[in-house]
Amino acid sequence: MSDTYIARSSAIAARLLAGEMMVMNSADSTFFTLNEVATAIWQAADGHTPLREIVRERICEQFDVEPAQAQADAEQFVADLSSHGILMVSDHPFANEASR
Amino acid sequence: MSLMAEAGQKAFDLGVPLAVHVDVTYRCNERCVHCYLDHDDHGELTTAEIKGVLDQLAEAGVFFLTFSGGEVFMRRDFLELVEYARRLMFVVKIKTNAVMIGAAEAQRIRALNVDTIQISVYSHRPEVHDAITKLPHSFERTLKAICFLRDQGLRVTIANVLMTANLRDQEGTQKLAADLGVHYTLDPTITPMMDGDTSVLALRIPGEELPDVFHNPALVPNQEEFCAPPPPPSEEDLEGYSCSAGHSFCYISPYGDVFPCVQFPLPTGNIRRQKFLDIWNLSPQMNEVRSIQAKHLTTCSSCSHVSSCSRCPGLAYMEGNMRGPSTADCEKSFYRTGVPTANMLRQGLAKPRSTVPLIQIRPLAVPA
Repeated sequence: MSDTYIARSSAIAARLLAGEMMVMNSADSTFFTLNEVATAIWQAADGHTPLREIVRERICEQFDVEPAQAQADAEQFVADLSSHGILMVSDHPFANEASR
Repeated sequence: MSLMAEAGQKAFDLGVPLAVHVDVTYRCNERCVHCYLDHDDHGELTTAEIKGVLDQLAEAGVFFLTFSGGEVFMRRDFLELVEYARRLMFVVKIKTNAVMIGAAEAQRIRALNVDTIQISVYSHRPEVHDAITKLPHSFERTLKAICFLRDQGLRVTIANVLMTANLRDQEGTQKLAADLGVHYTLDPTITPMMDGDTSVLALRIPGEELPDVFHNPALVPNQEEFCAPPPPPSEEDLEGYSCSAGHSFCYISPYGDVFPCVQFPLPTGNIRRQKFLDIWNLSPQMNEVRSIQAKHLTTCSSCSHVSSCSRCPGLAYMEGNMRGPSTADCEKSFYRTGVPTANMLRQGLAKPRSTVPLIQIRPLAVPA
């Protein structure tokens, strides 16, 4: 199975407020808040760590959750944010996060 | 409650400075008749200093960042500052007269994913706008810039300050915004000069003209709710606070002075000498501002408008008492609803609006 890589879009604004990440897409001013688990995935979206590794290291290690369930939830979350242009998804590592 | 409002309430409750307004300069290429600023440069923060401030603001939890002035483009490093702010993931809003924005600048602003550009336009008639800005051809240049920005797909808002000089042009300016396909906002607030000079207040539109603004459905869509007489204040209302100044919002001047709001000239510290968070958390002045609840207000605590008034503590401060009434807001409450404020009654200033009687008698429904 190929790996999935995720990176934050440069079009967004984001800030942590009381453990939850606020995210706004400047293109359409859509506003989201991410819960603690989603925030952990978001923070780890560096473009070169596979999603599977993020789930294993950042989610299953820190939260009480079944690995299969965590992986499925993470994939759904990534698909949702990707559809809003907030996360970018690729099956290859991104070349340089800062350049996006 | 929307997600955004929830986040705002959370920041307010936790004392997180969610939004900060930074004036990067007081210098300006226009000389607007109603402006409250001294346009000389008395030692602005350098590029490196502002970047240092932005680092601190990001660390403090600031999400919404407004860059304003003076005219922001009087600084040659302005877009460098915007780029830096965007790298720190702020939601960036820019307030400008746009005179210095050409196609290339508009393109750059788009590339930096700026959230909103607010541009001052005072009339749909060039001669009226230029007479207010005192810069010949400013109307033409500003309009051209609005088109550049709009064509980049940016969110542009025309901000009009209503004063005696453009009172009759409100509708035309609103139509101009609609024709250009941009947003429109109107503010009838004229603020005293920073040195306390109040002569500029002569430009305020007479209170009697305010009903035309408040009762205009094109400007205020929710007429019934907005102009309704105030409900009796509850205990919860009296425990409430005036606004977000000092709670989740503050203002930083081009010289590094930190104030509770851009309209609240109470110095609380200077970021050249102290860390931002030390000022925010520890300044006695900031803490005093955030301690004031409606029940502590002189006169206003007994006013029927206390729960719905737009009372600005900064304007009240400029009138001499941050716990006192702000006369301009008393007027707005009165002309919005027809119900006199406690402050007006105390001073014997209240008079009923001619169009809506204060006491209305409805016929009783007679059963058939």
